[in-house]
Amino acid sequence: MTQPLLKVENLSKHFPIHGGVLRRVTAQVKAVNDVSFEIAPGEVVGLVGESGSGKTTVGRTLLRLEEATSGSVRFGGTDIMSLSTREMRAYRKRMQIIFQDPFASLNPREKVREIVSHPLRLHRIGSESDRIDRVVALLEKVGLGTEHLERFPHEFSGGQRQRIGIARALAVEPEFIVADEPVSALDVSIQAQVINLLEDLCQDLGLTMFFIAHDLGVVEHFCDRVIVMYLGRIVEMGRSEDIYARPNHPYTRALLSAAPQPRPGRRRDRVILKGDIPSPIDPPSGCVFRTRCPLADAECARVVPPLEAVGTGHLSACIKTR
Amino acid sequence: MTMTAEPENAAPPRAGPAAGRPLLQVRDLQTSFRVGKSSVRAVDGVSFDLAPGETLAIVGESGSGKSVTSLSIMGLLPKGAGRVTGGSIRLDGRDLLGLDEPQMRDIRGREIGMIFQEPMTSLNPVHTIGRQISEVVMRHQGLNRAAARRRAIEMLDLVGIPEPGRRVDNYPHEMSGGMRQRAMIAMAISCEPRLLIADEPTTALDVTIQAQMLELLRDLQARMGMAIIFITHDLGVVAEIADRVVVMYAGQVVESGEVAEIFDAPRMPYTAGLMNSIPRLGRGSRRRERLKAIPGTVPSLFSLPPGCRFAPRCAHAAPVCQTPPPLERIPGGREVRCARWQDITLDTPETP
Repeated sequence: MTQPLLKVENLSKHFPIHGGVLRRVTAQVKAVNDVSFEIAPGEVVGLVGESGSGKTTVGRTLLRLEEATSGSVRFGGTDIMSLSTREMRAYRKRMQIIFQDPFASLNPREKVREIVSHPLRLHRIGSESDRIDRVVALLEKVGLGTEHLERFPHEFSGGQRQRIGIARALAVEPEFIVADEPVSALDVSIQAQVINLLEDLCQDLGLTMFFIAHDLGVVEHFCDRVIVMYLGRIVEMGRSEDIYARPNHPYTRALLSAAPQPRPGRRRDRVILKGDIPSPIDPPSGCVFRTRCPLADAECARVVPPLEAVGTGHLSACIKTR
Repeated sequence: MTMTAEPENAAPPRAGPAAGRPLLQVRDLQTSFRVGKSSVRAVDGVSFDLAPGETLAIVGESGSGKSVTSLSIMGLLPKGAGRVTGGSIRLDGRDLLGLDEPQMRDIRGREIGMIFQEPMTSLNPVHTIGRQISEVVMRHQGLNRAAARRRAIEMLDLVGIPEPGRRVDNYPHEMSGGMRQRAMIAMAISCEPRLLIADEPTTALDVTIQAQMLELLRDLQARMGMAIIFITHDLGVVAEIADRVVVMYAGQVVESGEVAEIFDAPRMPYTAGLMNSIPRLGRGSRRRERLKAIPGTVPSLFSLPPGCRFAPRCAHAAPVCQTPPPLERIPGGREVRCARWQDITLDTPETP
């Protein structure tokens, strides 16, 4: 087995909530709880979950855009959590992020030329004229042209803006990209274009990608492996084929059966979950999914179910389905 | 043939599946928006019928005109900016465009219920849920305060809110997102409207909550027999909930018909393109396979192509597409806006 490019161990991120006149910490939002996984070089790993699952926080913590509460993240063997800001800078070049909202993530007062060359200036890469050449090459790579160099973000459609965001992320030639819901804000006909672009880039540049999404169809198509999160914990992970064909965890099963499919007349024996997702401030004891789980019993309230193998490279955290 | 986009003067479409008089009849609707000194036609000649008890989905991407169509029907276009400039909207034979605002307000709530993506569009944060529903039924059904409160509790129970007798005194902020959605639905249907217009009601919801809402709407429709217009961009939701579908592109209807038939064999290349660009569940990782994306982008309403509005993105475009194609009635009670629908074979996603 090759060395993982990224190795995450027991990662937790808790956000304090301050209350009372003294602004003391009165509670914790347990956004991410004891999460461990690996990503091999060249792999595309999807992370799916609903609101409050902690998926965005995981992505941001990997890049130290948020500081983890505990746990470690090793990138190419180095524990990046222990690096100083200065030492981290070298790693920032190797790890980039693409954001969900192509409208909010680009500075409206900067021209495309400035936006895309920004990371190059930050990392002091090349001369000014080298940078222009590089920006032109990057725009071409993402399907834009030199005619777009001097334009502002508002002159572009959502899909084109996402392409600009991708060009910016690629500018410093990263090995690893966190893509946080990169197509969720786009129209259906444009989503497919951007997915195809990301796939081409992964192939051509040998990128490793952590793809955060809530669209199960997109994740299945694009990702080699899938991680499913619920209320801050990983409930299941494995190869896409296995997760989609043989989901083990009751939450994964419910999620897959709830996704509306463009096939009319297909009345499935659908699992409709009762109730809302509980608050991450006060998650249920034991298994976090038990309050909505059709299989839950008293035992599920007592123990936090460990992730255990249910197939080759397929792990699930349920004491009822193993 | 002229090159100008003419309003559609097609013969009246057939009735819906439950034949007889349509509940809602939209004919050649034109809605314009003022942008600076110029104006754009956001809805350009939209016609459709809705039978009592039927569910019609209007599907389209940004700028297709689907939401503007629904706002036009409800009489809720932003004042001073949007205006219906032509056509008719008849509810049970009565032309809604001829009504003044108080009359329209009476129609909304009593005959047309509305639900939106964001529950707080309909809910008032400073009143309890019970008071808001009570006011609707007191106003439209003439119930007294005590009867109205009983009715509110009954409605909350109907939409699946637990402990309705206690929840009725909750303010919106005391409820979770899913509960607020249900409360909004309870208010929309409290006067048993014959038409419910749902504008992207599940778009912002997580899939497990979306599934609950779709189930609830189906259940309520079965019990109350109302017709539903469901505005959405999600073909999966269309397949789940609708009997018929109207596909819109750049302000026009480009295809319409029974959901099962359209999904089985779309005739308009745009519809087929949309269906092909969605990755299907249950096929395993297809990383090396490219998705069949539609190239290009939706045209700006300020600079529409002269002929077929989809032609610049269409793999089947030919010289004939330089002339605006009419919305043509085709067998199976369907309509299609494509000059070449008989000459082309469209790929569709294979169904397992």
